[in-house]
Amino acid sequence: MSDDAAGHAGDDAPEDDGAAVPAIRRVAGTGVPLRGDDIDTDQILPARFLKAVTFDDMGEYAFYDQRRDADGELNEHPFNEYQGANVLAVNDNFGCGSSREHAPQGLMRWGVEAIVGESFAEIFQDNCKSLGIATLAVDHGDAVDLQDFIEANPDAGIEVDVREETVRYDGKTVEGDVPDAMREALLEGIWDTTAVMRTNLDRAKEVNDSLPYTDD
Amino acid sequence: MSRGTLYDKVWERHKVADLPNGQDQLFIGLHLVHEVTSPQAFGMLRERDMAVAFPDRTVATTDHIVPTTSEGRDRPLADERAEEMLTHLEQNTEEAGIRFFGLDDDRQGIAHVVGPELGFVQPGMTVVCGDSHTSTHGAFGAIGMGIGTSQIRDVFATGSISADKKAVRRVEVTGELGDGVGAKDVILHVIRELGVDGGVGHVYEYGGEAIRSLDMEGRLAVCNMSIEGGARAGYINPDETTYEYLKGREFAPEGEEFEERKQYWESIRSDEDAQYDDWVEVDADDLAPQVSWGTNPEQVVGVDEPVPAPDETRDPEAAESAQDHTEVTPGETMEGHEVDVAFLGTCTNGRVADFREAARVLKGREVADDVRALAVPGSGTVKRKLEAEGIDQVFKDAGFQWREAGCSMCLAMNDDALEGDEVCASSSNRNYVGRQGSTEGRTHLMSPAMVAAAAVEGAVTDVREFDVAEEVGEPVDDRGADAEVSE
Repeated sequence: MSDDAAGHAGDDAPEDDGAAVPAIRRVAGTGVPLRGDDIDTDQILPARFLKAVTFDDMGEYAFYDQRRDADGELNEHPFNEYQGANVLAVNDNFGCGSSREHAPQGLMRWGVEAIVGESFAEIFQDNCKSLGIATLAVDHGDAVDLQDFIEANPDAGIEVDVREETVRYDGKTVEGDVPDAMREALLEGIWDTTAVMRTNLDRAKEVNDSLPYTDD
Repeated sequence: MSRGTLYDKVWERHKVADLPNGQDQLFIGLHLVHEVTSPQAFGMLRERDMAVAFPDRTVATTDHIVPTTSEGRDRPLADERAEEMLTHLEQNTEEAGIRFFGLDDDRQGIAHVVGPELGFVQPGMTVVCGDSHTSTHGAFGAIGMGIGTSQIRDVFATGSISADKKAVRRVEVTGELGDGVGAKDVILHVIRELGVDGGVGHVYEYGGEAIRSLDMEGRLAVCNMSIEGGARAGYINPDETTYEYLKGREFAPEGEEFEERKQYWESIRSDEDAQYDDWVEVDADDLAPQVSWGTNPEQVVGVDEPVPAPDETRDPEAAESAQDHTEVTPGETMEGHEVDVAFLGTCTNGRVADFREAARVLKGREVADDVRALAVPGSGTVKRKLEAEGIDQVFKDAGFQWREAGCSMCLAMNDDALEGDEVCASSSNRNYVGRQGSTEGRTHLMSPAMVAAAAVEGAVTDVREFDVAEEVGEPVDDRGADAEVSE
């Protein structure tokens, strides 16, 4: 990994005022390729591991069933092979299915800080935004090229630039798309929306009172 | 940009503010809560020393982890982790003053069954739940959206979510549905046509003759699976079918208030000249019962139609690996494909009408030897109603296990699960690898009637070839004197 590529989320954090979350301008590190379309959240985090009242252990359960062979031994799944990586490279409709936040929580706690792929399911993408995980949508060919590159160069530096909406590796820059709200939220450090929405609580109460169905 | 649609109107009525990230702060009229995705959110709230802002707009039930045998529901639950989740929900809802339908309440059941049948869900509401199948509630002309746990925290703390408006696609389903073909076949067909990711960035407004002809329970099944087509929400404009269903429900308005409310419901219907971002037509005339052959909900075929070769599909690589998993043969029909398990229930097809439909097929017949058949009502209310009508007996006589309400085998967070490489005829919504509890298990999605037929034959069967009973059981309406039997 080259020095200039090494880095981590949150390196542009504003002054901490107690409630703020760090701004995330870029995520730099190494990649983990995960091929296949329509990888659903049941596969990312199997349902039986949802029986926990906190997300603390979810990192251990990411892709649990796919990371083991029939005897329960760890196999050659990318999440076994690319330990320490933080940029996940996927294909189309990643994170479809169940709304469980356990899935992005599991990826995050395993180490994922940004995901580059062809497209993402909406609830999954919203959950990523809430957690400060950047998702960058790129063309099919670009996604496959990135996966090929990581497989050939597992230690090479990869940088997802949220501001520029690009992924940089191997001396080239690939254009992509970070949803506007996610980009704004990450860059401004407002991806945790509770505090800002809480300031509008009086207005929410007005809306509540104005609705025809809230007087039951 | 859409204009004049129900989605536009409901959104505007619920918008609280513009947020600095460019999204809208949207007020939530009904927040359904269950045990799996909420404890972490309550925890986050506590860390921030915040209270639930609108407890009266919040309703909780327990569904995902509950055992479906009556003896299994004795407390403490045998599964310690399930007991812990349930205890957390009990304590959290009590502390916050949230109405909770727990195991000791005979109305307990799946959030997406309980909300509608008790009259909590009404047209023109915004509804969220930490469950992707919240799209179900669009059947009433509500905007129902699944959310993650951090967003649950937001709703607790602010009564709102941060969201951006999607494009509105009108999905016009034309044609008349034949005998033995229903709502589940329609939605599987729509997803097959538009793809599992076809709805990303969109909400679906379903309309057209085939949709209008559906009763409320059918409409709930259609909207339920919107998310399987990638659409965050799907809805149907409210009409007399909707209002008749709501009449007399426990938490629906009554009398004059009902009539007043109806004015709002009518006002939020999409305008005649509403503008849509996209319009697609799907023909359901001569539609055959649909069956999934693969491992995602667009890998579907008519029961009398050959399974496609991988290179005839949108995604040949995915089709090949799916067919490898399910051991189906391209060129052959799904008819005759043997099954080991039949599963009736879930938030898609666990309602009274679904069990009636299956019972018409089962009446006077028996489940094939070696088929394990589970009937799991979506709620205690559904169960009691079927029992009052004598429909439970049809299931028991046929050899089905008659269970208590819960999500059950749909995602197998309780003891109900596929074992090994069992093949399941399932009324549920997802056939992803591992979904029903075994990584080798195989799930074939189909309608309740088709599940019943598969249970009897021990193999996927065209239910249209069955002589089905005209009527089963004695219809009973338990909604009170004002309500008419309309299901």
